[in-house]
Amino acid sequence: MRMPLSAAIGLFMTALFFAAAILAPLIAPYGMAEIVGQVWEPMSRDHWLGTDNIGRDLLTRMIYGGRTTIFVATAATLLSFSLGSFLGFTAAVAGGWVDQVLSRFVDLMMSIPSLIFALVVLSVMPVTLPVLIAVMGLLDATRVFRLSRAVAVDITVMDYVEAARLRGEGRGWIIFREILPNALSPLVAEMGLRFIFMVLFISTLSFLGLGVQPPLADWGAIVKENREGIVYGIPAALVPAVAIAALAISVNLVADWILNRTASLKGGRGD
Amino acid sequence: MTAVHPVVRLLAQRIALGLVLLWAASVLIFVGTEILPGDVAQSILGQAATPQALANLRADMGLDRPPLERYLSWLGGAVRGDLGTALSNGQDIARAMGQRLSNTLFLAFWAAVVAVPLAILLGLVAVRYRGRWPDRLISGVTLATISIPEFLLGYIVIFFLAVEFRLFPSVATIHSGMSLADRLNVIVLPALVLVLTVLGHMMRMTRAAILNVMQSAYIETAELKGLPPFAVIARHAFPNAIAPVVNVVMINLAYLVVGVVVVEVVFVFPGMGQYLVDHVSKRDVPVVQACGLVFATVYIGLNLLADVIAILANPRLRHPK
Amino acid sequence: MSDELRHYLGLTVLGRMPRRAFLGRAAALGLTAAAANAMLASAVRAAGPVRGGTLKLGMQGGESTNSLDPALAASQVPYSILFSIGEPLVEVNPDGSLEMRVAEAVEPTPDARTWMFRIRKGITFHNGKPLTAEDVLATLQRHSDENAKSGALGIMRGIESMRVDGDMVAVTLTTPNADLPYLMADYHLMIQPDGGRDNPASGIMSGPYIMEVNEPGVRHVMRRNPDYWDSSRGHVDAVELTVINDPTARMAALQSGQVHIVNRVEPRTAGLLARTPGVTVANAGGRGHYVFIMHCNTAPFDNNDLRLALKYAIDRQEMVEKILAGYGTIGNDIPINAAYPLFDDSLPQRVYDPDKAAFHYKKSGHDGTPILLRTSEVAFPGAIDAAQLFQQSAARAGIPMEIKREPGDGYWSEVWNKQPFCASYWGGRPVQDQMYSTAYLSTADWNDTRFFNARFDELLLAARAELDQAKRKGMYAEMARILHDEGGLICPMFNDFIDAHGPAVQGFVADPSGEMMSGLAAVKCWLA
Repeated sequence: MRMPLSAAIGLFMTALFFAAAILAPLIAPYGMAEIVGQVWEPMSRDHWLGTDNIGRDLLTRMIYGGRTTIFVATAATLLSFSLGSFLGFTAAVAGGWVDQVLSRFVDLMMSIPSLIFALVVLSVMPVTLPVLIAVMGLLDATRVFRLSRAVAVDITVMDYVEAARLRGEGRGWIIFREILPNALSPLVAEMGLRFIFMVLFISTLSFLGLGVQPPLADWGAIVKENREGIVYGIPAALVPAVAIAALAISVNLVADWILNRTASLKGGRGD
Repeated sequence: MTAVHPVVRLLAQRIALGLVLLWAASVLIFVGTEILPGDVAQSILGQAATPQALANLRADMGLDRPPLERYLSWLGGAVRGDLGTALSNGQDIARAMGQRLSNTLFLAFWAAVVAVPLAILLGLVAVRYRGRWPDRLISGVTLATISIPEFLLGYIVIFFLAVEFRLFPSVATIHSGMSLADRLNVIVLPALVLVLTVLGHMMRMTRAAILNVMQSAYIETAELKGLPPFAVIARHAFPNAIAPVVNVVMINLAYLVVGVVVVEVVFVFPGMGQYLVDHVSKRDVPVVQACGLVFATVYIGLNLLADVIAILANPRLRHPK
Repeated sequence: MSDELRHYLGLTVLGRMPRRAFLGRAAALGLTAAAANAMLASAVRAAGPVRGGTLKLGMQGGESTNSLDPALAASQVPYSILFSIGEPLVEVNPDGSLEMRVAEAVEPTPDARTWMFRIRKGITFHNGKPLTAEDVLATLQRHSDENAKSGALGIMRGIESMRVDGDMVAVTLTTPNADLPYLMADYHLMIQPDGGRDNPASGIMSGPYIMEVNEPGVRHVMRRNPDYWDSSRGHVDAVELTVINDPTARMAALQSGQVHIVNRVEPRTAGLLARTPGVTVANAGGRGHYVFIMHCNTAPFDNNDLRLALKYAIDRQEMVEKILAGYGTIGNDIPINAAYPLFDDSLPQRVYDPDKAAFHYKKSGHDGTPILLRTSEVAFPGAIDAAQLFQQSAARAGIPMEIKREPGDGYWSEVWNKQPFCASYWGGRPVQDQMYSTAYLSTADWNDTRFFNARFDELLLAARAELDQAKRKGMYAEMARILHDEGGLICPMFNDFIDAHGPAVQGFVADPSGEMMSGLAAVKCWLA
């Protein structure tokens, strides 16, 4: 099967974003916090994207900001998916009290608005990157848990799972060999979305003053720093928003492609 | 012995559990607000706090009592339906919060009325034209709308629809003196932003879940019977994909009720989120408790509903072997 | 003036011709914009206020936790509401003079220890009861009672006793204070029936408007008080105050005509906002200032060389340009500027000097660990940006600094006045004595720089009782020098108050004492 154009674009863009994040110190034209000009200078030869709200080079801020955003979002997404889907499948397969305890605990976590949850945890703990990732990953794992459990419950009553049970396969085998492959497509689709939500969640935390510490930036923080200018057509707030949207779309184009592939592999009619 | 239908038994079980959960959530929230630095007396007096004034205010509000005693007296009141009065301004919580809650539900209702059917419909259309331009267009646009931070989306909408073209008001302060038509006019912009934020998530899940069942043998059978493609998707594939869809719809409905603080701020909408955040920052524990209770109830209720629908929709779960 | 111009002027005053159009015609007739504006302003004043209409305010600074109890007021919305529905004994005019309100006259005894306030006759409360000297006494007592929870408790401390004497209220102080009447202009001290003892949050006061709908944090509607004693105030039929805390939403509401006046225009966008047709941006340089404060008794800030190093390492001019966008003036490490009476302008201006900063830094012997500066969005608008500018300018002088952004929530209780180095702001006070006694006297409750200087304290007390203004000015000058050279205060800038209003609003004059004409916008403005 040939890789469709959209997926190729998505993959290329995603790779570009990740490369820029990893190579930030090498490719950024100025220092991350260096003040090089006046407030909100327009785009120019010296400053390709103009300057920000206190006169730093916006392109430099974007490159470093992408680094933080992508790193935190990726790490938190991986954490929430491995934890959430594993526990979700376990709950579905094991059933009984294991399911009850896990499900009710997740209900309890989710019944408290995550905003307040984050507010409490981050005001008693020091705000460092590992803490941020852990808090975001754990809060999000509850959502992944619910979805993966719902999907898995549907699968566990399928005949092939029943057959595997009758064959006497262990729980691990059922989870990884029977449920995981069959639950993969909704999960992969969800993973792309959750990645975006992670990116937005960091922005919201920055919005509340609980995100990364200045002068370090993430894209959400750059939007926020420059948001006064939005309704007057200052582009500095729109650039990171466009970057967030571009990253989100790229990642999801890739996710869609994987979704199609897995669907084809399962013997369905791929197109 | 009359056999109780398993669904009914499950329902009863879930309701009982829900009550326990509510209680656990109230404990968690109380402990949380206790852990946060500062208290209501300090927040009220702010920069103007002298030690004497602080001590007086604390004694006045009963904050000098031990935490356990305060929690128990709150719980005692709450069980009898008395949520008490706000420490910060002495307003009756049930009344003040009732107003805010009805505003929030009003906005959430209209956003959901538009968003849920639209998301499912778009999901079906995307599956029908899978891989072709309608699918790509729907996916691209919804992805873009959920990828833009909410407040930015709000500002963009305000800039174009309120300031430039003056089609709708940007200030969505609804109050009791307004007619239904006025209210609807005022919430157009916030509802639009909410629809845009939740639409993508629900639509994509619908699409993915249906695609997941499209490979099943019965779909092939239905197609071989010569049914039109859209009917196959809507009547045969969709009902079997309903469990994950209901779950995502539920998460998003809960979000419409509990998570709209940013939209409330941008559009000056007097809802629960802003009310809660104000009182959290003032450490007004009874109000935070009451709001937490409402949010938890909404969440647990919707959750219950999702589970029940999932069970009813899946014949294998409906009639356990 | 040509007949044509006079004709247009008349139309504009009557509201039949947009202001902008008038300015255009005036320019066509050869007038400068400034002259045309001045002409318009005086013509409008001459035409006098018009009654009627609903004035809509969109304001930052209201929460759902707000109360109508004046003792508990702290933010901008309650402040404006109190000045609309209530009235204090006296007010401070934009030029710094006293305006008699509930008090008709005020007289000190020669030693300035006892002050006599004569209470105006014929004022009634919103509930129809007449306002008496007893009500005034009860109000002052409630706020100065040690058991009270009033935000005004601090400024009532110096009062020894109070009594009613006919239609006079006599206030006796523990030590003489030449500025006592200014203290009575405090926004907490709105006169309430029986001092508000029975029901402090009832909103029953004696001001030009009566509270009708009170939804804290959302909206407040006030109707004109038909029995108000002063016909030169309270021109509109109703005031509708909507709380709009989000700055962008607030500006959009003004631009789209949904509100008439907004407060807290963000400096960086004020210039852009002013370009909107019909919108007027009004700013006044005041006594409010943005500061970085160091505890003089906590290492490493107990070393004056380190304090001086940091004072030289901040670029005040850059801050005024980038944080205030020019809407403000540079500070000089004292909390006083030319807006105060008896200001001494001979103190040399401290400027950014990386070499001097490096010199003092080296001399202080600091071990080179980064100096931790705490900041927060609530410290002052742009405080996080300002901290980053400070960090950069200090880095150029070889002083490493680390910034810690604290959550806005809890900043005033946990960081300010507790941590040794943080960002903060002061709204300023009407007179120097009050500013210094609030935060720089050794024994002050809010000595947020932990500044203990015996000579400074001695001068402050002496100046307070000194009725000879020249001598007093000399004392204040010496105090300013002490603070400038040894204090823990880094004051980079004095901020302007920036409000903006739409074309229908008349009579808006920015006030250096505070936003929204120091809370009196609804009371003094009218709709044309």
